Amino acid sequence: MTSLVAALSLNPVTDLEQMTEYPFMVNALWAGTIVAVMAGAIGWFMVLRRQTFAGHTLAVTAFPGAAAATFVGLPLAVGYFGACGLGALLLAAVGRDGGSDAADESAAIGTLQAFGLGLGYLFVVLYGGQLSSLEALLFGSFLGITEGQVQALLWIAAAALAVLVVIGRPLLFASVDGAVARAANVPTRALGFGFLVLLALAVAATAEITGALLVFALLVTPAATAQRLTARPGPGIVISVALALAVTWVGLTIAFFSPYPVGFWVTSLSFGVYVAVRLGELIVRRAAVAVPGAHADPEPT
Amino acid sequence: MLGHEFMRHAFLAGTFVALACGLIGYFVVLRAQVFAGDALSHVAFTGALAAAAAGVDVRLGLFVATVGVAVGMGLLGRRARPDDVVIGSVFAWILGLGVLFLSIFTTSSSGSNGTAAVRVLFGSILGLSAADARLAAAIAALAVVGLLVLARPLLFSTVDPDVARGLGVPVRGIGIAFLALLGLVAAEGTQAIGALMLLGLLAAPGAAARLLTFRPWWGLLLSGAIAVGSMWLGLVLSYEINSLPASTAIVGVAALAYVAAGAVDLLRRGGRRAAGELAQAGPQGSLGS
Repeated sequence: MTSLVAALSLNPVTDLEQMTEYPFMVNALWAGTIVAVMAGAIGWFMVLRRQTFAGHTLAVTAFPGAAAATFVGLPLAVGYFGACGLGALLLAAVGRDGGSDAADESAAIGTLQAFGLGLGYLFVVLYGGQLSSLEALLFGSFLGITEGQVQALLWIAAAALAVLVVIGRPLLFASVDGAVARAANVPTRALGFGFLVLLALAVAATAEITGALLVFALLVTPAATAQRLTARPGPGIVISVALALAVTWVGLTIAFFSPYPVGFWVTSLSFGVYVAVRLGELIVRRAAVAVPGAHADPEPT
Repeated sequence: MLGHEFMRHAFLAGTFVALACGLIGYFVVLRAQVFAGDALSHVAFTGALAAAAAGVDVRLGLFVATVGVAVGMGLLGRRARPDDVVIGSVFAWILGLGVLFLSIFTTSSSGSNGTAAVRVLFGSILGLSAADARLAAAIAALAVVGLLVLARPLLFSTVDPDVARGLGVPVRGIGIAFLALLGLVAAEGTQAIGALMLLGLLAAPGAAARLLTFRPWWGLLLSGAIAVGSMWLGLVLSYEINSLPASTAIVGVAALAYVAAGAVDLLRRGGRRAAGELAQAGPQGSLGS
């Protein structure tokens, strides 16, 4: 992964100017922003619905899609979205409402994922692909994002978020208590399928930037952190989006000034925040245990 | 075909690795820990690249990383069954680390074009030397023996952990030992079919076996047999078809076996339902509602 090393000055304004001088960097920042908002919001529902493994598998199916598109000569985006859409259909077919239990479902998902990766490798071999393109497909690259891609991302994100706003409330209900929602005539099955399609959209868009393997950094970790901080949906989604945004911006900036890949920085930053929150929780809990104990002690005076 | 030395090595290592994957995979599916297996296979990638970047033997990095993380997950998780979201967050970061090592490795070894990464990700079963193959087979055989020793209490504590605990079975310790074994097998499988496709050989045979039979010992046997069969058929296919990579062929056969098992299950269920309807339509049908 090539990364250009620019000199970092201590003045943030000149640093920002230096970064935005390059059009590719401006595109990367815009694309990162759009993707982070979408991934943060949809990821929150994914974590709530415990569909992390499904999300990861969708992310991984982005790889064969992109590899197939490269092989056939179609635009990469077609491959990403096509494969993720197909993945969502297959996942819905083996899904939880299909009558199989959790163990069988996860085994089916795992098989699907390995098979998809096998296909992806086959396409790469058939293409006689260079390693650099393989690496970009798997681990992402923020260097080659065009203005057209940014615009496409914007439309996709707007559409996905609009759908999420419309189905958000019943989806929340169905996710928190499926049985009660079903009894109240909420179409849980249709919602589950619709959400998988949304997830596929978000994953495909994220994979274009972060690569198939690192989608999780924006999709899971910020949402998991947010759900540690609050159980309320509104503030939770806001925190999740804010974290994803912060991680993307800071990650891109550090990657611009350092020789190491953006994927590493983004994953490390989001994981760092997650660990910090877990540690904070631990300390707060200790304190909460200590306080009643202190009250129970007889006062000295 | 077996006249070629590399094919003989591939069959030797492949048979034992597949057997280990198939046997442990049955328990992975039974314990619903496929996602943990997935995470471990990605850990294998990072471990191998870290070793490559540091210039030590790749296998050392593989085994240390997978077994270490497996035991860590077991210790952190409640009842030695780590939570999905925790696994997801941890392994996103571990993959990020892998990317870092990859970039360090490719920049430090400027001459070589970094095929090590491809080997780790997608396997290199056709490129094993005699010594590699023998070592891989030996370690896999060791893992199989370890699993068989553990199998009975493991099955008990998987099916009914509360009762097992009540009878003095060390459920938590067994869970951790199982994860450590899984780490070992993940490192083995990574050398054969690659970190990314390992899951195919772990999940698909086990899932297929579970669809075909409810009896655990038959299932275990069947799972091992399906894995070994997939390995053999996959190797033959990739030998016959020039552009088909071995890992893709092996995982493809395993996935097909799973789909076939699913079809058998559907047919059987359909048959049972038809029989049920027949019984209802018969003179004793009034028993049904």
